[in-house]
Amino acid sequence: MVRPLFTYSTAQKHKQAIVWMAYLLPSLLFYSVFMAYPLFNSIWLSFFAGEFGRLTTFVGFDNYVKLFSDPIISERYWGAFGHTWLFFTVHMFVQNVLGMIFANFLITRKLRGAKVYQTIIFIPATLSILVTGYLWKLILNPQWGAINLVLKSLGTENWAIPWLGDSSTALLIVSFVSSWQWVGIPTMIFLAGFQNIPEELYEAANIAGATSWQIFWKIKMPLMLPIIGVVSILTFVNNFNAFDVVFAMTNVNGAPQYATDLLGTLFYRVGIAGQHPIGIPDRGMGTAIATVTFLILAIGVTIVMRLTRTGQEKE
Amino acid sequence: MGITAVSRSKPQARHIVHHSVLLVWCVVVLFPLWTMIINSFKLRLDIYRDPFGLPKVWNFQSYVSVFQDSQFLTYFKNSLFVTVGSLTIILFIGSLGAYALVNWKSGKSKLIYLFFIAGMMIPIRIGSINLLSLIKSLGLLNSIYSLFPVYIAMGMPIAIFILTEFIRQIPTELSEAARIDGAGTFRIYSSIILLLLRPALATVAIYNLVPMWNDLWFPLIFINEESQKTLILGVTRLFGQYQTDWSKILAVLTLSAIPVMALYLLMSKQFIRGLTSGAVKG
Repeated sequence: MVRPLFTYSTAQKHKQAIVWMAYLLPSLLFYSVFMAYPLFNSIWLSFFAGEFGRLTTFVGFDNYVKLFSDPIISERYWGAFGHTWLFFTVHMFVQNVLGMIFANFLITRKLRGAKVYQTIIFIPATLSILVTGYLWKLILNPQWGAINLVLKSLGTENWAIPWLGDSSTALLIVSFVSSWQWVGIPTMIFLAGFQNIPEELYEAANIAGATSWQIFWKIKMPLMLPIIGVVSILTFVNNFNAFDVVFAMTNVNGAPQYATDLLGTLFYRVGIAGQHPIGIPDRGMGTAIATVTFLILAIGVTIVMRLTRTGQEKE
Repeated sequence: MGITAVSRSKPQARHIVHHSVLLVWCVVVLFPLWTMIINSFKLRLDIYRDPFGLPKVWNFQSYVSVFQDSQFLTYFKNSLFVTVGSLTIILFIGSLGAYALVNWKSGKSKLIYLFFIAGMMIPIRIGSINLLSLIKSLGLLNSIYSLFPVYIAMGMPIAIFILTEFIRQIPTELSEAARIDGAGTFRIYSSIILLLLRPALATVAIYNLVPMWNDLWFPLIFINEESQKTLILGVTRLFGQYQTDWSKILAVLTLSAIPVMALYLLMSKQFIRGLTSGAVKG
């Protein structure tokens, strides 16, 4: 039990509240004005419309109705929506499953070079997504064809295709590159989680004759569930705001033929940069897209937290 | 049962799978980085002839021209300025706030704490359109200073979260002794709390440093002026400018990746702890 450091009579309490508020003022001010306010005001602005980027007229749910009923806008929206889900699914199955495998290997006792592996696996997470995206774009470029040279040397030259130019592969490649970049984060989070599991549990299971496969599924997995939840939430939130990797590898239009368009790039085009052919941003529509994303995130995070909450936790 | 028998008698045999999987991944990680660095030192045509070998002639010309013909150094300075500046402010006002939240025992302080923490899961990008008009009305558009308030706000939830957690663990006896000696609240903060807080401050700094240095989104929507661009935004321009000269592009990419990567390799333990801290505790 932590005792309060400063104890006062009721009369002094009021004065102290003012002192502590003064300490809190700068952080509260920055956070409220530049984070909380823009977030909430965004929702409010999605009920407005106006010309030349100025939102002047209250239009109720018009932006939302248009977003889901206008043939062109709704087609783009559902396209980006589906791509974002695929992008997220690849991250769950590639980035997070690999992270789990790596962490499970790295936790092995007396594994030589575990520290070196850890350090290398984490390197890409320190790079800028833009740099990663550009670098892979060059490597995948058929003109240089660094990756195609590798494939040829492995005897699979019919795989040498313009990876990012083909709308059937582009989104998958972009998702793989993003997973390549971030795999270190779940690896380290899972590793920290594994390290928190008491050693005795494994030993007891070992003595009881459990296989490592059984230990993984019956002991580690249930104990890791809350951490898997945290990693899923992080992945979900980041993926539904992804923008940079598409910006770097294809472009803000989600080339080819909008095949790599994500909610993040759609939001940028509609609300900030302005879409072809008008080139003037529609801020009302942009905030409507952002608000829908916000709702998706809120619902998704709640569901994941419910699913992965274990009995003994109060939260 | 078979697996158990193998694992008990020959543990090293089981490690072969571990090593081969981890080694393959290390190659997958290092191959693009190797390709990037090694080709930035090659002559233009050698990149196509032999993309993976060491350069036959070490060519530093690409680097020289990146520094001479472009605003690379300006971009670099801007990034350094905004990153170090925002971090300093985050650490200062964040620790002040956390100190108050721990010591101010009241329902209000709990509410304020929750208000801060709620921001950890919400990406600030969703409010971008609003931020854009806010920055415009403050007259900060097209200036490196536009990034300060946004980065400071963005860093606040995790700073409050980590620092309050840490200050709670500092034994109250220390502060009490100082209090008996007549030290005021600010004196206790500056001479005791801040000193003990250093490891937590480092964690907060690293957590925010990487996304700030590597950020593309806010510089992209706020800044159009060359002299005000950050490194990453500058790279987008140089990438277009050097389109036909790949050794220059690779030199630019190498130069922009090296600072954080070098810092990471020097203190990888702190980096890993810092970058994953929000998740492990939260």
